[in-house]
Amino acid sequence: MDLTHTADEDAFRAEARAWLRAHVPGVPLPSLETREGFAEHRRWEARLAADRWSVVSWPERYGGRGADIFRWLVFEEEYYAAGAPGRVSQNGIHLLAPTLFDHGTEEQRARILPPMASGEVVWAQAWSEPEAGSDLASLRSRAVRTAGGWLLSGQKTWSSRAAFADRAFGIFRTDPDADRPHRGLTYLMFDLRAPGVTVRPIRRLDGKPAFAELFLDEVFVPDEDVIGEPGQGWRIAMSTTGNERGLMLRSPGRYLAAARRLVELWRARADPSDTALRDRVADAVIGARAYRLFTCAAASRFAAGSEIGAESSLNKVFWSEYDIALHETALDLIGPEGEPADGPGEWAEGFVFALAGPIYAGTNEIQRDIIAERLLGLPKGRR
Amino acid sequence: MRFLPTDEQLAFVRSLDALLAAADAPAAARAWAGGDHAPGRELWSRIAGAGVFALAVPEAYEGVGPLPVELALAFVELGRHAVPGPLVETVAGAVLVAALDEPVLGKRLLPGVASGGLPVSLHVPGAGPYALDADAADHLLVVDDDRDEGAVLRLAAGHGPVRASGDPVRRLAVPGAGGEVVAAGPAVAAAARRAACWARLATAAQALGVGLALLARTVEYVGQRTQFGAPIGSFQAVKHRLADTLIALEFARPLVHGAALTLAAADVAAAKTAAGEAAYAAARTALQLHGAVGYTDELDLSLWLRKARPLRDAWGTPAQCRAAVLEGSSAADA
Repeated sequence: MDLTHTADEDAFRAEARAWLRAHVPGVPLPSLETREGFAEHRRWEARLAADRWSVVSWPERYGGRGADIFRWLVFEEEYYAAGAPGRVSQNGIHLLAPTLFDHGTEEQRARILPPMASGEVVWAQAWSEPEAGSDLASLRSRAVRTAGGWLLSGQKTWSSRAAFADRAFGIFRTDPDADRPHRGLTYLMFDLRAPGVTVRPIRRLDGKPAFAELFLDEVFVPDEDVIGEPGQGWRIAMSTTGNERGLMLRSPGRYLAAARRLVELWRARADPSDTALRDRVADAVIGARAYRLFTCAAASRFAAGSEIGAESSLNKVFWSEYDIALHETALDLIGPEGEPADGPGEWAEGFVFALAGPIYAGTNEIQRDIIAERLLGLPKGRR
Repeated sequence: MRFLPTDEQLAFVRSLDALLAAADAPAAARAWAGGDHAPGRELWSRIAGAGVFALAVPEAYEGVGPLPVELALAFVELGRHAVPGPLVETVAGAVLVAALDEPVLGKRLLPGVASGGLPVSLHVPGAGPYALDADAADHLLVVDDDRDEGAVLRLAAGHGPVRASGDPVRRLAVPGAGGEVVAAGPAVAAAARRAACWARLATAAQALGVGLALLARTVEYVGQRTQFGAPIGSFQAVKHRLADTLIALEFARPLVHGAALTLAAADVAAAKTAAGEAAYAAARTALQLHGAVGYTDELDLSLWLRKARPLRDAWGTPAQCRAAVLEGSSAADA
């Protein structure tokens, strides 16, 4: 059992650190949930991509560095330690790209991945519908066969980043007569500016248009933008949500950096006699270390050939609840001065973002059902 | 990086698990609680035969240590099987004596621990008034004062009346005054600090094992117990509580392994906090989901239920450990 990095990994870390030190903006970019901030974050993606830092784990031919999972962890630690901007392309990078690697064609990968890596095309997800949230398989948006492709109609919602993004991906009902709800679904990609698409931004709790509703009226999708076989959409999408909840969506580096900032805040501002607050700061440090080591163990199993399966649900519940507790502690340390939405250290904005964690990427209630049934072997029951 | 137990470590854990599963540790624990140490000592000698205590003893004293990773893995198993006795204190006492490296003292105490599983109790300043299982121990090590110049290690001649803890298997007594002074000075203070670090790690691992046993027994129970025409384990309120219990234990586990690798004070304190809290939460869950039958002495579940709370506080309360986490958390290492 060991936690040491190789000399190659250390050299990779040094290279990443030097690049980030030279390039990370000195002043934080405007919120990426605004039009202006979105554009600036897109430019930052191009900057990263120009020196092959936007998608280090991808193969070189698509703009990556072919980094293995341990180097990816190293890069993420350095990225967040450097205080680098949030990733506007993360829906594409963490959800669509793994799907294309596993289920796409070489033509699709060559066409779609390089502009995703550079931020030239930013992707939004289109999973949920007004009547299909946790019960995603009950979705009703449909794709009807037409010459050379499909016509999409229906409504998608809670589509993160769709207010300003370029394209979207999701699953649609292509066989309404299939015997079970999760058969007869197909995984499709479409242009958010295509004829028949109406994007209605939705303001999240703090008023920023972080997601959107999509109204689709006979939107044409060419056959080349179907991923996998028609009718296989559910199976393909579930492999994507596995990735979303698994190792890649929230890297330990993010929370190590946040816990470090919290300890600095505590040292600078805390009343030393307030041991209740001290204990919560300590729990943030402990949680960041636990998340890092849990991920190191999972990465070690992955590197040894194991799949990341239902255990990714442990991961998702942990980080989403941890993120809220961390931000609550920071706001309690700051006190009334932290109330403005653009208050010190971006803690207020981070808090609003964290509040969504237990809801998206599969609610924590669904995750706990998965943990209980697949990891503990408890019997299925009514939801 | 390969942050997983090696094949050898896994084989060691499996063989210890098999030994303990066949040994009826719950019966030994119940006898121990009644003051009959014979079955427990027999179990201890078999645990020594499996090489567990030797992990804390250097080769010069007939051990194979120090091997803290293997020791932590072993203590998870000792906790899972509810083995009675001063396990943590014996290991920490051995670490203390080994750290002094005084051959006469070392040869007098350590081979018996490593190969025979002779129980040792240990009391250090700041750990509360009681020593654990002093009545069952071959030696009661007492460190008086932990400041460098004043530190003294003695073999106490006796102890006060034995009192049961909330866990009757843990028997508490105040060490007697006097006895043979075997070492003094800064080396004792340093050795005591090292011993306390090992004790904290071993307690964290034992607590993790206690929590895992509580979870496993409760999962089995809720799969069998039927109410309203269905196993209660099919109800979301039950499932979600067990899922949270698993999450806490599975995130404590890598902290315990990581602390065994570094033995850094902050890492060990983090492991102790997380494992202690997770095991105690597992006990609360186990009791609640078993219902009234869980609230009985008769059900063996009680052996683990009652251990979780004292282990949470032994060798570093949660508050002490959280303070230690922040003392050791520099700007460079969260």
